[in-house]
Amino acid sequence: MDIVNFLIQLLNSMQYGLLLFMLAAGLTLIFGIMGVVNLAHGSFYMLGAYLAWSLASLTGSFALAILVGTILSVLFGLLLEWLLFRHFYQRDHLDQVLLTFGLIYVFEEMRSILWGDDVHGVAIPDLLSASIPLTDTLSYPVYRLFMSAVCLVLALGLYLLISKTKLGMKIRAGAFNHEMTQALGVNIKLIHAVVFALGVGLATVAGMVAAPVSSVYPNMGSQVLIMCFVVVVIGGIGSVKGALVAALLVGLVDTFGKVLLPQVAGMLVYVLMAAVLLFKPEGLFKH
Amino acid sequence: MSNTASPRSEIPLLSARDLTKRFGGLAAVNQVSVDLWLGQIHAVIGPNGAGKSTLTNLLSGDLPATSGTVVLRGQDISGWSPEKISSHGLGRSYQKTNIFRSFSVWENVRLAAQSRSQPSAFNPLQWWRSAFNMHEVNERAERAMELAGLHKRRHHVAGEASHGEQRQLEIAMTLATEPSVLLLDEPLAGMGSAEAESMVQLLLRLKKDHAIMLVEHDMDAIFTLSDRLTVMVNGQVIASGWPAEVRADKGVQAAYLGDELSEAH
Amino acid sequence: MSAPQSHLETLPRSLNVLLALCFLALLLFPFVGTDFYVQMVSRMMILAIFAMSLDLLQGVTGLVSLGHAAYFGVAGYALAFLTPAGEPISLYTSLPLAVAASALLALMIGFLVVRTHGIYFIMVTMAFAQMVFYLFFDNKALGGSDGIYINFKPDAKLFNLENKHVFYYFTIACLLAVYIFLRRLLWSPFGRALAGIRVNEHRMRALGFDTFAHKLCAFTLAGALAGLAGYLWGAQTGYINPELMGFHMSAHAIMMVILGGMGHFAGAIIGAFSFEYVLHVFKDLPEVAGFNLGKHWQLWMGLFIVALVVFAPRGILGLLAKIFKSNGDAP
Repeated sequence: MDIVNFLIQLLNSMQYGLLLFMLAAGLTLIFGIMGVVNLAHGSFYMLGAYLAWSLASLTGSFALAILVGTILSVLFGLLLEWLLFRHFYQRDHLDQVLLTFGLIYVFEEMRSILWGDDVHGVAIPDLLSASIPLTDTLSYPVYRLFMSAVCLVLALGLYLLISKTKLGMKIRAGAFNHEMTQALGVNIKLIHAVVFALGVGLATVAGMVAAPVSSVYPNMGSQVLIMCFVVVVIGGIGSVKGALVAALLVGLVDTFGKVLLPQVAGMLVYVLMAAVLLFKPEGLFKH
Repeated sequence: MSNTASPRSEIPLLSARDLTKRFGGLAAVNQVSVDLWLGQIHAVIGPNGAGKSTLTNLLSGDLPATSGTVVLRGQDISGWSPEKISSHGLGRSYQKTNIFRSFSVWENVRLAAQSRSQPSAFNPLQWWRSAFNMHEVNERAERAMELAGLHKRRHHVAGEASHGEQRQLEIAMTLATEPSVLLLDEPLAGMGSAEAESMVQLLLRLKKDHAIMLVEHDMDAIFTLSDRLTVMVNGQVIASGWPAEVRADKGVQAAYLGDELSEAH
Repeated sequence: MSAPQSHLETLPRSLNVLLALCFLALLLFPFVGTDFYVQMVSRMMILAIFAMSLDLLQGVTGLVSLGHAAYFGVAGYALAFLTPAGEPISLYTSLPLAVAASALLALMIGFLVVRTHGIYFIMVTMAFAQMVFYLFFDNKALGGSDGIYINFKPDAKLFNLENKHVFYYFTIACLLAVYIFLRRLLWSPFGRALAGIRVNEHRMRALGFDTFAHKLCAFTLAGALAGLAGYLWGAQTGYINPELMGFHMSAHAIMMVILGGMGHFAGAIIGAFSFEYVLHVFKDLPEVAGFNLGKHWQLWMGLFIVALVVFAPRGILGLLAKIFKSNGDAP
């Protein structure tokens, strides 16, 4: 593999990893702070992609689609949290697994009823449709760099939110000790709603931003969910830093695996997970 | 009441040296050494947050130590898992009642006793025979129930028993594993005076055949029961020795015992 | 968050009588049912074995596995690979081999996953099962996404499994054998230790039990029994594909166990039958006002699951036990 190809694969793995991070960060935050396992998390990714497609077709503007789509899905997430999820924080994991599995079915069917079962493409906006030439024959799409940039910006935003703001401090306190935080007058219900909305928002933006590259199709949620779980397991539950490291690691292993060892490429990530589990059953960065 | 029973052997059954446990920068237990002798009760006292429960957890294997060694019955058990330490002859009870709430009182003790007759989980004989016909196990459980004074309450659901009964059950389960070393974490917690008195009598009976470490706040019981006394403050041992000596130690009085001592009679 | 509390180890006597009568009905069914229904009930019994195997893990030991179908599918694939294109394979060699394959896979994956707890365990069981799924899905050599056909039912020498009634009774025999095995196991020292692990694993370790070994053994046994079910499924339907090891199949198993009621094994059987029945009902829903209800069965299924979790955590058996107990029977 020459240097240019290596660079391309490196950029690809970073892009994939950062996308996974968007999903995994939300998932791990929701796990870590509310203790809820949400199998339907992938559905929000799917929701984002479908919103991007339908809103972009409707308005003709990808940027507008992302904006409106984010607002809509955050509202949806808040509604879901208020209606359903907040009653399940104290229930055991089995109930949560079943509830969210039921939700997967419901979401898939709603998607089928609202948007149909066809595969759709989303056009890359003209502004970002160029490619950066790397050699005579190879070039790298600007849009993919844009995707990575968006994820990085959001990752940075998340970091700043959690570690530098008052809200972030309350979130961290809530993860550390529920009762105490509540006793100190912090509105824990609000914190939970915010964290849930944050998780949903990240997942849907990921779906929206990925739509032009991955296309929009049924079941896209389940596929990405499993990778998301692997990232959270490797990174450690509740650790956003862990999710970032693990997501980049998974991105690297998966991308280079597909290129270098295509026969076993699908399994490599799981081998990585198995290796981590053998030495650190609670993930690399235990919370 | 003899407060200076001499140990029944030359070597301590359990010997911990320079045990330290750090959480980040904080040392919850700092260079603590303790010896437990057969026939003696060694009490560990100190204010809340002194590290007494952490020390117990280090000895029982519930927490891995940052440094230090523990020798149990001549064997270095540093770094061993809780189950391995338990099978080597150490039993502990918990400050916060740690029973099988949905099982009956009898089943709690029987299961504890079963731990001593437990060949490999992969042995098919273990999957077929009835658990309730194990003669040896039942006898062991009966003995523990008898010792803990529980024999009349055996069919009650453990989670519905009174607090005092649950504390008795807590002890019975530990006794059913027939350990030689006992680590008891506040066995008297939340007990009324009659129940506490029974527990004290039980501990005096147990002393003969066990090496006991007792973490407690009840000063009356401490001075009735203990042959040795260690005082911990902020993770460190500030005094250790005969109860009378420790009581009189100026440093201890200043740091901790002052008020409690003048109340104890 | 504690382990699920909704387990049912003993039932009121009158309920036991009812269950025995149901079993009798099952025995007599082929005399009244058509071939189509005999096959359908055979399939339900196979799923009941699958559900019971999961109940050992979930209801007894408290381990929620989202990847149990992997062991179901692997045995089916084993039968598929062992059966030549032109003739049947002996039951007496293929059955033990297939079950052993599932058991071995469960042992290997179990060794890695049993060291995790809570949410981790749920996620890693799912992840490893998906790994197995992709292994078969992506590789043409293993049948790929199309799956593999099994052209002949296994040769049992003494009886003919190609006969639907014979196969039915063979399945009942397996169902009964597994049920008896698991009921005995429940009250054995091993079973009591597993129950203790479900209720308070921390204390079990403090009492000296090697909980890792116990959980691994339960995981392996559950995998082996799931393999038996998968073998029978392959033999009965004559077709194995990766979907049988997938996430949805694993989730179905969980739902069957929950629907029926955990911890008693009869609940798993009831759950399997009820779940398949409910699925049929939803799929056969008619068109109402131009809207095809049956086509969107997943929606009703999803809502049904949500309602189940919210309103009936102890399942059908739990409800029945309550009814029968309140009628004055001693538990």
